[in-house]
Parts: sequence; structure tokens; C-alpha cells
Amino acid sequence: MPAIEIDQEQSRLDNMHPLAARVAQVRKDTPDTFTLTLEPEGEEPLPSFLPGQFSMLYVFGVGELPISISGDPQEQGTLVYTVRSVGKTTHALVSLKVGDTVGVRGPFGKPWPLKAARGKDVVVVAGGIGLAPLRPVIYYILRHKADYGRLVLLYGARSPRDLLYQKQLESWARQADVQVLTTVDYGGLSWHGHVGVVTTLFRYIRLQPLHSVAMVCGPEIMMRYVAWEFEARGLPPGDLYVSMERNMKCGIGFCGHCQFGPRFICKDGPIFTYREIGSWLGKYEL
Amino acid sequence: MSTENLVDMLRTHPFVEGCRPEHIEKLASMAARVQFEKNAIIFREGDESSFFYLLFSGSVVLEITGAGRAHRIQTLGKGEELGWSSMTPSMAKKFQARVLEPVTALAFDGARLRRACDEDCAFGYAITQRLLETISSRLQAARMQLLDLYAPAKMGAPGKPGA
Repeated sequence: MPAIEIDQEQSRLDNMHPLAARVAQVRKDTPDTFTLTLEPEGEEPLPSFLPGQFSMLYVFGVGELPISISGDPQEQGTLVYTVRSVGKTTHALVSLKVGDTVGVRGPFGKPWPLKAARGKDVVVVAGGIGLAPLRPVIYYILRHKADYGRLVLLYGARSPRDLLYQKQLESWARQADVQVLTTVDYGGLSWHGHVGVVTTLFRYIRLQPLHSVAMVCGPEIMMRYVAWEFEARGLPPGDLYVSMERNMKCGIGFCGHCQFGPRFICKDGPIFTYREIGSWLGKYEL
Repeated sequence: MSTENLVDMLRTHPFVEGCRPEHIEKLASMAARVQFEKNAIIFREGDESSFFYLLFSGSVVLEITGAGRAHRIQTLGKGEELGWSSMTPSMAKKFQARVLEPVTALAFDGARLRRACDEDCAFGYAITQRLLETISSRLQAARMQLLDLYAPAKMGAPGKPGA
């Protein structure tokens, strides 16, 4: 076998081998969502990542699943994940205690287009847990504000108690050239903020469609509605980026579980332009 | 407030975007500028309130209450419409409208507006078109809320990074 093929094979095997990491912190964000901080268990450091990438986290004896990295890309040495407890493996993951061991593979996937967004306004639209994969973008832009125009965050959640990172939302909103608008689908009488779906927030922003890049993450139906709002306001579909999800297993485009049309979400995504995949959204068979 | 001032004010509201000048003038002739303080109740569920409002500042939340529970279901603000049901014959309000931030609005008597629409079909069509757009966007939003998109995914549903 030629050397180059052996190298590729070796790299593929390395990507399948989990690195042991120790749980350094577990913080409850909402009634069903937790943020875990992992640190290296041995000498080998945890890998760095780019905003939008994800890892495969392995709860030994239970299962492995893809989780987006939600921490600050500048902070070396730890990896942060925000996980919603919705099934057996995620429940096991959020039930881990400080000092427990987790297997980590990756990071995998194409990142958010922070280079392409330089010099432009960035409009981030998140729904529910979709804010987690976008938080590294916000960290990055706030650290490199001179390289970008305005940062606008539109964030929708089910109810006030489901809003993630509430303290951070407040502190981001206080920064110059940053607009943070939150909304909930259902509010009680103690909620004085906005009530309505996330698309109803568009009327409060001044979008410069030819001078903006949009990054969207949330349930797929929500992302379609958001894409239609951007389209109606003249944002070119090549400047609209969405984070896709499917049932990822290997993380390296090998097993085919996450195939979406001719693409693999894990390898070719999870970030795509709306121009690339817009016509496939809403297809039941995909 | 003079009719000229009302016309000027009305022109800045998205509801009349694309309207013919004479239709804006006719609408302005039926308008009254109103203000509501924070926490004021503009109308209650079951009220026969017949007013249709165009909002120019502040915010209003629609609430529904019952059996010791209260839900806030939609916030409306500058550039939006409130009380479109006053344009239909059965006018009992289905929600309560509470002021969150002090409101400035133009109020229109629904019955008078409906009569004007009946008498001048072109005007009536222009108003109906705009009301349809309002109702359609409210319906879309209500459908999205019904989907409960952020609810936990069912077991066996495709996995999500970060979920």
C-alpha cells in the first residue's frame, strides 16, 4: 500500500480512538440542560477547536453521541459542552460527577464562517439548545470586535426558564455594537420580555443584507422559517449559514448514518450555506 | 390633533405602506391618537371593545387567564396592529391586552371603519389586504408555537450536536 494511503488510514484510525477526559465541572443551566467542562485525564492535552465543531462523547458502557462544543475557543486545556438530557446517553452524560471519565473523539466538522464574516455585521439566530454551538462564535467575535461590524443575536426558547446562559445574555447586551433580543414561545405573568416565535424579532433589527452574514442554529423547521425571513429581506443565500443535524455515528464520513442528500453532515458540515442545502430542507425522505 | 398631523403620523406606519394617498387620508379622518400607561389593560377577554389600533411606540402583551393560570402568548410593538378582530362582526375579545411599555397608538372605531370599507370598495379592499397580511403572519406564528419546536425530541429521533 502506498505511504500516503497508509497515512490516511492511520489518521482515520486515530479519529476513531477516544481520548480519556475527566469531568471538571457540571453546571445546571435549565431544568433539563447542563454544561460540562472536561479537562485532560493524562498527559495528552485536549485538542483545540473552531467555533461550530463538535466532538463525539463516549459515556463508557452506555453509548457515544455527537455534542457541539459550547466553550470559548481561546481557552486552551478544557472543552465545554452544553447537553440537554433527552435520552439514555444524554441522561448518563449529565449525571456524571466531577472526576468521572469520558471518552472524547474529534473535534469534527466544518466551522462557522468567521473568516468570510470579517468586516461585516454578524446576525446570529438561535433556537433552544441551538445557542450552544453558536456561543463560541459570540466569544470569538467579542474578542475580535475590530474585525467585525455589529453583532446581533436573536434567541428564542420555549419559556423563560428554558433560556440558556441568562447572565451572559445580559452581559453581551451591555456591550457596544451588540444587540441581543430574546423571546419565548410562552411566558408567565412574571415574564416581562418578548413573547412570540423567534422570527417575530426580525422587525426590531436593521439588517444590511449585502453587508451581513447570518449564522443560524435550532430545530430544522425553525431554521427554514428564519431562512425565509432573511430571504425576504434580501440576504443572499450564500451568506446564510445553518447548522444541520442528523444521526451521526463515526464523525468522519465513514459510516454513512448522517447522509443528507449527497453530503455527510459530520464531514461536509454540520455548517452549510443555505444556498448549498436550502432546497433539501423540508424533504421528508432526507 | 389635526387631520394633517394624523396623516403624517399614519404615513410612518408599515400598515399603510403602498396605500393610495386618498386612502391614507380617509383612514386618518377616522383616527384618534391615544396613549396608555404601563400596566394599563387596553381590553379584557370577553370585552365588546370595538377598537382597532396601530401601534407607534411601546409594547403590549396578549394574555389569557383561567383556572389560576396566566399565559403571555404574544408581544406586539411599534409598527404592529392590535385588535384586528374589531374588523369582524363578532367583536368579543378573545385575549386580554396589557401594556408592558407606555403605548402611543392610533385608534379606529371598528364599526365605523367597516362601514367605510362597505361604502368604498377600493378602500375596503386595501384595508382587507393589509388585515389579511396581519392575520396571516399571526397564524404562521401561532402554528410555529403549536409545533412546540423546542420541546425535547422524542426517543429515536435523529441526534443533534449539542442536544
